[in-house]
Amino acid sequence: MALQIERDYQRFREIVKGKIRENLRKYMSHGEILVPRGRGVVSIPLPRIEIPHFRFDTRKMGGVGQGEGDIGTPIGVGEVEGGAAAGDQPGEHLLEVELTFEELVQILAEELELPRIVPKGKEDIYVEKERYTGIARSGPESLRHFKRTYKEALKRQLIAGLYDFENPIVVPIREDRRYRSWKVRLVPIAKAVILYMMDVSGSMGPEQKEIVRLESFWIDLWIRHHYKRTETCYIVHDAAAKEVDRETFFRLREGGGTRISSAYKLGWEIIQERFPPDEWNIYVFQFSDGDNWDGGDTETCIKLLREHYLPNVNLFCYGQVKSAYGSGDFIYHLERHLGRAENLILSRINSKEEIYDSIKAFLGKGK
Amino acid sequence: MARWTHEQIQDVVQEVYEYVLQEGLDPLETVFEIVDYETMNELAAYAGFPKRYPHWSFGMEYEYIRQSYRYGLHRIYEMVVNNDPAYAYLLESNTLVDQKMVIAHVFAHSDFFKNNTWFSKTNRKMIDTMANHEATIQTYIERYGPEEVESFLDICLSLEDLIDFHSLFIPRKSRQKPEEVQPRPTPVKLKVPRPYLDPYINPPEFIEAQKQQHEKKRQTPPPFPIAPEKDILLFLIEHAPLENWQKVILSIIRDESYYFAPQRATKIMNEGWATFWHSRIMTRYLLKDPEVIEYADKHSGVLAAPPHRLNPYKLGYELWKDIEERWNKGRFGPEWEACDDMKVKAQWDRKLGLGLQKIFEVRRFANDLTFIDQFLTEEFCERHKLFVYQYNRETGYYEIKDRDYQKVKHQLLLQLTNFGKPIIYVQDGNYKNRGELYLKHKHEGVDLDIPYAKETLKHIYALWKRPVHLETVIQNRRRVLTYDGGSHLEVQMA
Repeated sequence: MALQIERDYQRFREIVKGKIRENLRKYMSHGEILVPRGRGVVSIPLPRIEIPHFRFDTRKMGGVGQGEGDIGTPIGVGEVEGGAAAGDQPGEHLLEVELTFEELVQILAEELELPRIVPKGKEDIYVEKERYTGIARSGPESLRHFKRTYKEALKRQLIAGLYDFENPIVVPIREDRRYRSWKVRLVPIAKAVILYMMDVSGSMGPEQKEIVRLESFWIDLWIRHHYKRTETCYIVHDAAAKEVDRETFFRLREGGGTRISSAYKLGWEIIQERFPPDEWNIYVFQFSDGDNWDGGDTETCIKLLREHYLPNVNLFCYGQVKSAYGSGDFIYHLERHLGRAENLILSRINSKEEIYDSIKAFLGKGK
Repeated sequence: MARWTHEQIQDVVQEVYEYVLQEGLDPLETVFEIVDYETMNELAAYAGFPKRYPHWSFGMEYEYIRQSYRYGLHRIYEMVVNNDPAYAYLLESNTLVDQKMVIAHVFAHSDFFKNNTWFSKTNRKMIDTMANHEATIQTYIERYGPEEVESFLDICLSLEDLIDFHSLFIPRKSRQKPEEVQPRPTPVKLKVPRPYLDPYINPPEFIEAQKQQHEKKRQTPPPFPIAPEKDILLFLIEHAPLENWQKVILSIIRDESYYFAPQRATKIMNEGWATFWHSRIMTRYLLKDPEVIEYADKHSGVLAAPPHRLNPYKLGYELWKDIEERWNKGRFGPEWEACDDMKVKAQWDRKLGLGLQKIFEVRRFANDLTFIDQFLTEEFCERHKLFVYQYNRETGYYEIKDRDYQKVKHQLLLQLTNFGKPIIYVQDGNYKNRGELYLKHKHEGVDLDIPYAKETLKHIYALWKRPVHLETVIQNRRRVLTYDGGSHLEVQMA
């Protein structure tokens, strides 16, 4: 039976993607809405898309049920199928829509009008790659080129007059065999590293960390989409900095003061050691409430940025989140001293609702 | 899936068919097809039809069905299409016991389609018609573009309920051309035997007043529509300023709506009927000893309801059984009604044996509304613990509100009237002589969902292209909702 559901199903998915685009701001500020499901797929619960009808107010309609219970016994919150004794109305079920990362990236790009990232012009980063472009006379049987072999055999049989038009059987012999062969070529490859730095001092609460977690989801998604190979690296700091894994990065909570330069120093060491800037596209995202220790640390930071980071990284993004103690003045200093730098992006994130705008600012440069 | 062979299924079909005839059922010719769950889900999204017009809502339905199947919430064992021949789809993964039960179930549905009066006017070549609808709309998509056609379909589907279920049986006046209004004769003076009596018998002021009244009547045009029109879709097809292709699409949606109407109007009866017969045929003829447990499990699955919910299969099934028993035992009529001795009533058995005869009669003439109205008795209501629930604003819960028989029945009837949809008429197609459309909601105690109503008014406006009004009652106040193409207006009526 030739069914055509695929057509309507695809159209429905288009509409769903449109809805997600419309509500992207909401999805970006409420991470729990996106449920990762297996590799490279997220699931998004959506309310049923309804075609409006004249209908009764379900809350006023009530209905008939069956079973035990005294008068006044609660039987459900809103989920009772209002006015549906005849069972023709679906309840208010949520629909889970699965999207691949690829589709999500597309939505992100369209909605935020993000330009494609152009990797740094480092044409000297090559990798050896085999490509099957040639034909050889010998090789493993698994690479035998059937069509070429057949042609060779046919040619030989025709020339030798062995081809019988009545009984056109072509039998290749050893010499007819042709095999696919490969050539090794040097292909430029784009590698990227995303370096996250977060302030875990006492003033950064769970809500601030949630903002960072949500931002990192979208940043990862976007940068991974553009590079074949992407590494991530997480640094936390209060007065001192250390490298941690992803889990710890979002969980860790330390007390103490804030010395941002400690993270910058550690970050630079890691870059020099593991991600040399002439081989890697480097992205640094730093989040803090901006309340830096004022014993001259900010000056050290600016110096580090000016001398090491800005000349070497693709992008340095600083997001200043507002904590219970307000928002510090670190961002002002950066703005004042380094505001002209093309690859430095500063963004103030006062609440979850502003994630959308800060992502747009961070990724909007196409770097 | 080698649990059974196709030959076995054919044998079962043949066997069941013989029992079905023996029991007095009279099904349409029924074609059985065995499909895998993917095909079944696809068919279910299209309500059983292999071809439907292109629309995303089928895709959405498919996604729902697929997900509930995947999570094991819901499984479709069979599906039947009201067509001649009827098409029945059986799920490939059913066991042989399932198939036996389901085949009996299907034959009973097929019998219901053929013999219930409300189905007598349905198109029995609907599979072909649906395919033609698909082809027609496909042509329009090619000609006018998918977006144009889709957004028009969205509008039409929003209005698909606005039909007049009974108009299949009663040709309404408005179907005919409005008669030419005869010019009324000017008032004629009464005969006067003596001329001097004339001013007394025909007082000049009265004659003058009559003249003016007639003149006024002649000048006011007849109402349009002549009587309030419930088939709003038809009214729009005939009178809205639509392109030809739009009229065709709207007619297609209307035709399909009328086709599905009897199924919506007999859901409880029809499912109950099929369950009643599969139970009877299984337990009387088909069931073999080792199959009893599995059958009992499946059958109780059909009749199960989540706590506090009403399962239409169960309600229908129990009502049919109740009717059969009552007419077998003579528990009806004035004598039975008058008796209020519970002991006597409990023993009551006149051994009339009229049960089967009665249910066949009911199967021919009733629909869910009349079925519940006639046969939902107080005893039944108590035995099955039915209750009315209501939303409690203070607690935010739906709560059990009443177990009173009259209230339960009233609530059920309310939900079945007009398929549980509000009754809305076209009152005036030329409101205030400005070509505006005036609709009236016949308020029966429950208010409309206002946000939905406003969205729907927008859609009607899109067809009518002049302001659209809807008169309704909101919290005991008569109100008129208006959409004029730009904004919504709500006016309280005097």
